[in-house]
Amino acid sequence: MTASPLISASNLGRFYSVSGGMFAPSGTVKALDGASFTLEEGKTLAVVGESGCGKSTLARLVSLIEEPTAGELLFEGEPASAQVPEHRKLVQIVFQNPYGSLNPRHKIGTILEEPLRLNSDLSRAECRKRADEIMERVGLRPEHYDRYPHMFSGGQRQRIAIARALMVNPRVLVLDEPVSALDLSIQAQVLNILAELQEEFNLAYLFISHDLSVVKHISDEVMVMYLGKVVEAGAAKTVFDNPKHPYTQALLSATPVADPHRKKKRIMLQGELPSPLNPPAGCAFNPRCRNAIEKCRAEAPALVFDEKTELACFNPTPL
Amino acid sequence: MALLDISNLTVEFQTASGMFRAVDNTDIRCDRGEILSIVGESGSGKSVSMLALMGLLPWTANISADKIEFDGRDMRSIDKNARRKIVGKDMAMIFQEPMSSLNPCFTVGFQIGEVLKFHLGLDRATRRKRTIELLEQVGIPAPESRLSVFPHQLSGGMSQRVMIAMALAADPKLLIADEPTTALDVTIQAQILELLVGLQKDKDMALILITHDMGVVAETAERVQVQYAGQKVEEQAVGNLFDKPHHPYTSALLSALPERATGRELPSIPGVVPGQFDRPPGCLFAPRCSFAQDVCNKGVVRQDEALGATLCNFPVNVGKADTVKPAEAG
Ligand SMILES: Nc1ncnc2c1ncn2[C@@H]1O[C@H](COP(=O)(O)OP(=O)(O)O)[C@@H](O)[C@H]1O
Ligand SMILES: Nc1ncnc2c1ncn2[C@@H]1O[C@H](COP(=O)(O)OP(=O)(O)O)[C@@H](O)[C@H]1O
Ligand code: SF4
Ligand SMILES: [Mg+2]
Ligand SMILES: [Mg+2]
Repeated sequence: MTASPLISASNLGRFYSVSGGMFAPSGTVKALDGASFTLEEGKTLAVVGESGCGKSTLARLVSLIEEPTAGELLFEGEPASAQVPEHRKLVQIVFQNPYGSLNPRHKIGTILEEPLRLNSDLSRAECRKRADEIMERVGLRPEHYDRYPHMFSGGQRQRIAIARALMVNPRVLVLDEPVSALDLSIQAQVLNILAELQEEFNLAYLFISHDLSVVKHISDEVMVMYLGKVVEAGAAKTVFDNPKHPYTQALLSATPVADPHRKKKRIMLQGELPSPLNPPAGCAFNPRCRNAIEKCRAEAPALVFDEKTELACFNPTPL
Repeated sequence: MALLDISNLTVEFQTASGMFRAVDNTDIRCDRGEILSIVGESGSGKSVSMLALMGLLPWTANISADKIEFDGRDMRSIDKNARRKIVGKDMAMIFQEPMSSLNPCFTVGFQIGEVLKFHLGLDRATRRKRTIELLEQVGIPAPESRLSVFPHQLSGGMSQRVMIAMALAADPKLLIADEPTTALDVTIQAQILELLVGLQKDKDMALILITHDMGVVAETAERVQVQYAGQKVEEQAVGNLFDKPHHPYTSALLSALPERATGRELPSIPGVVPGQFDRPPGCLFAPRCSFAQDVCNKGVVRQDEALGATLCNFPVNVGKADTVKPAEAG
């Protein structure tokens, strides 16, 4: 028997009921609707899509911050649960905004050691030793141990957040837009650290980003989402070299390329993302899709294998 | 003479811990019919230099310049009233967060109408007609029905379109777009950039596009100036800048792009941009530069225009025909 994958999700969903306020209608938001995937040791699965497509919701489910309202999440073949201490340690999360996620009143040392004090019975000295090791590993200096978050730049704070996530020896990092707030030169530093750490500890990454050039660089597998649903998934190289879903094609073609000599023809998507409270019938992408046919307005396409990748589309055309 | 001609602009802020130089001897020139992109990482003084031009900085700012000329007028000595007649009319600006520049209490139609009233003195009926035309021009569907909409009812992309309509209301000669698409998703960014470039061509405007995104620069700009820590470190036509950057910072920045990576490890720039207290005495990039020599810690020369007027003692990608000015200490 082959070992169960580190993480596997089938038909994972999270619906929110929103009670309409004075201006907003009430109803159900299908923030995440039926995501299935597996995540293996040492690999990076990237999740891409525009804001509101459910990336952060997925991140919260996988890191056990919230429970799914549908589907199944397994850690090494067992139902994942925040009640199981090993599960809490298995997955750690790093957020986009390192400012918001670090307690401003605590010193870096305290911030780093907190997860260990909560999740292990290591002595003070052992906690300190671990903090020193990890700090060195992410490129922080020993004197940083006694400083406060506000004394650090954005890039350094993201190093601190990564260090904190690593304290309990997790095997999976959920990275929710980890470099989106960083300047280019600092982004490269942080991406390099993530690559080194993955190699060294054989970490699995669930890497969430809206920046396709970053995703292309870092991921093994990719999952493209639109309005809570996975529309295309597969090996990153295959999907990026030969995108099949009209949305993936539009997303790739809208991403600016840093080459002024490349004259490219752009697929200009019409309109904007529809309201998640009132998604279009049929395929949610149909009002903006240049390939839409009658069937797309009536029925929602399922995600099915199509040669090498998975695709949810009735009328795909090559780019 | 260029439509906009700024030379040696310096902006310093009085802060609790002393003076902080946000813009440092920077030149900016832009003519009708051209797109200049100002690119640089956050804090490099891009926004502050434009706010200085528009007279929108707080009193804690000390502004000095050898020249700030717009459309032949000296903007340094201009009085408040005269400035108010230019800003928003001949020179307009849009920002990253359209929501923060729209007044939440008034309808879209009213806010555009106010610009038309103040700058062009149009009557009520003409204002309404012109507002609808403007909304149509910026690609807002069913413009008539949007007149009575409040800003919070619009998506990010739609409010940026409204901001553009407002900026265009009085037919500006210069449009400054400060990170206009940074807060938007890429498919909406593509729509907005196409709109801006199309309008710039149609109206033969000067467009200054401020961004930190090298992809956006490559696809939209004609001429590019690169800012680092408040200084202009080089300026070139867009094609040349990407092929042959002359400043080590530009060169390193381009190499750090994931899309240009050859291996898993990205060539990164060590360290961070200097702050108020660790501003180096010579070249501001010296502590992070892989070409730096001792002399770079003492002073830095500005090269000729053939080398992009780059601010560097040891410019890179130098051809046989180029003459490099020698470094001089202090
Ligand atoms: N706690 C919540 N209550 C109601 N709606 C929510 C909640 N969290 C997220 N949503 C909605 O779910 C959708 C997906 O959100 P999110 O996962 O944050 O997307 P992304 O991270 O891709 O931008 C959005 O429409 C968002 O408004
Ligand atoms: N009102 C102010 N008082 C003090 N410092 C300021 C003020 N406005 C901007 N700065 C500082 O000036 C520098 C340049 O800012 P800015 O022009 O906004 O950078 P950017 O290139 O990101 O647009 C930054 O370090 C910023 O913190
Ligand atoms: S002047 Fe020196 S330190 Fe500055 S960029 Fe050029 S080589 Fe590097
Ligand atoms: Mg998110
Ligand atoms: Mg700015």
